[in-house]
Amino acid sequence: MLNNRFSNRRDRLLRLKVMREGGRLPVTNRIDAPVLFEQCPACNAAVSKKQWAESLSVCPQCGHHRPIGAYQRLEMLLDQGTFQELNANLCSANALEFEGYDSKLDTLRRRTGLSEAVVTAKGKIGGFSAVIAVMDSRFLMGSMGVAVGEKVALAAETARKAKLPLVIFCASGGARMQEGILSLMQMAKTASAITRFQDAGGLYIACLTHPTTGGVTASFASLGDITLAEPNALIGFAGPRVIEQTIGQALPEGFQRAEYLEEHGFMDAVVVRSQLKSTLTTLLRLHSKGGARRG
Amino acid sequence: MANHTPAQKVALARHAGRPGTADYIQALFTDFFEQKGDRLAGEDAGILGGIALYHGRPVTVIGHRKGRNLAENQRCNFGMPNPEGYRKAQRLMRQAEKFGRPIITFIDTPGAYPGLEAEERGQGEAIARSLAVMSQITVPLIAVITGEGGSGGALALAMGNTVLMLENAIYSVLSPEGFASILWKDSSRSSEACDVMKLTAQDLKQLEIIDDIIPEPEQGAHTDPDAVFQAVDAALQKALSRALRISDPAVHRQKKFRTMGTAFLQEPGKDVL
Repeated sequence: MLNNRFSNRRDRLLRLKVMREGGRLPVTNRIDAPVLFEQCPACNAAVSKKQWAESLSVCPQCGHHRPIGAYQRLEMLLDQGTFQELNANLCSANALEFEGYDSKLDTLRRRTGLSEAVVTAKGKIGGFSAVIAVMDSRFLMGSMGVAVGEKVALAAETARKAKLPLVIFCASGGARMQEGILSLMQMAKTASAITRFQDAGGLYIACLTHPTTGGVTASFASLGDITLAEPNALIGFAGPRVIEQTIGQALPEGFQRAEYLEEHGFMDAVVVRSQLKSTLTTLLRLHSKGGARRG
Repeated sequence: MANHTPAQKVALARHAGRPGTADYIQALFTDFFEQKGDRLAGEDAGILGGIALYHGRPVTVIGHRKGRNLAENQRCNFGMPNPEGYRKAQRLMRQAEKFGRPIITFIDTPGAYPGLEAEERGQGEAIARSLAVMSQITVPLIAVITGEGGSGGALALAMGNTVLMLENAIYSVLSPEGFASILWKDSSRSSEACDVMKLTAQDLKQLEIIDDIIPEPEQGAHTDPDAVFQAVDAALQKALSRALRISDPAVHRQKKFRTMGTAFLQEPGKDVL
């Protein structure tokens, strides 16, 4: 016990020394060491949990943006005390009676505290009211089944009726296989609801985070009046593995990343996480007497 | 109706001799004028479209084209469109709206092409925009799923006021091979996937994804194309005359697709968490 405490202290001092000298931190594999550090999956630097929290889960060494949960994202974006969740309990059923799907949903709901792969809410960003939807990749890769489609469509409809702007943070592996053709139809449902909202003069800001692929890319994620993305987020229709298998060659460095899409004309701006709230606030201010108020 | 298993239907839907969009246009329409190009970047032969007369009425007709021989297959990329194909379809749909022409689409694709350049030119955006356009256009749209209805690449032409489907056609979120590969990490289990995916016309009618099933000859459409053309023609005429009576086809489509799957939602109390 006492030995443990001393060795932990030694580890910490060693890390501080390395940090002072600006080097990379050693990776500890000790089982008995309390988990104060978490390795960056991109550059392997050991970053303290406190630092991860302070930097909004962005590596202070290399700038890697770790995926974050929907509620964490909402906390980061919404003004304190303005969060009002919409349709919190809406979730998918096992429509196609797919084996094992019920228990998978059950386990995920308990483990993540989410009822589905998207959280929708009303709230204020920098003083401006908006409807916001945030997908969570921990829930079956953020895949879109009937419930996700429904919640996104309801969010667009709420925004249309309340004449509020709509902000959606996308993170999805695409359609939810377990819901088969019904998932595919959610592309039509969401694209149609978003279009109707936009035709009524509504402002829709799409924020694409890692990863945004498949049926979500081929529906509401690609229809923003303004499209933003987090650095290095993977964004595409087909997954990189499928493309490699199809064309039989390796893909170029940076392919399907946010910066690549920006270069090819599919992105207004790549925005680092720490700047997202202020960027959204500016955009909402720029539309505060314009589009979002019409309809 | 013959009793084919889902896996047998997949084989029939993919049969090389199965009539395709070009055949339907030739058999059911007159004065077809093909329109090429998306007016942005290029022409994609994987989608065939233009203006024609259907029983004397001008219509816009658009469909996936796989090609009838190897050279054509290659030119059409085996019916797997690139973004230019979808953008051409959008252009033609907008034009149909301008001139008040109903739109008839024929669906037969393994899926949108998953290629490097397709991604570079925004395959996802092209499909998303097609869905947006189909939710807006004020003329009736009838979709006929004639062969393979593969994923978003099929849906991008299939948001119809009426969606018809041939008896042995298939329509699914992904190919059975892709489905097995994603869910079970084993693409060889595709026939098992066929059974659970609910991709047959009968299953989809039950799920209210499609409106009507068009019967085929016992051994598949390729065994008697003329009979199939007649059956498709009859179903199309009926669907079109109905669709022409819809007062606002755009709103009709929005509502139709708005409710898909909602019967399977649940909203339990907080106790699930």
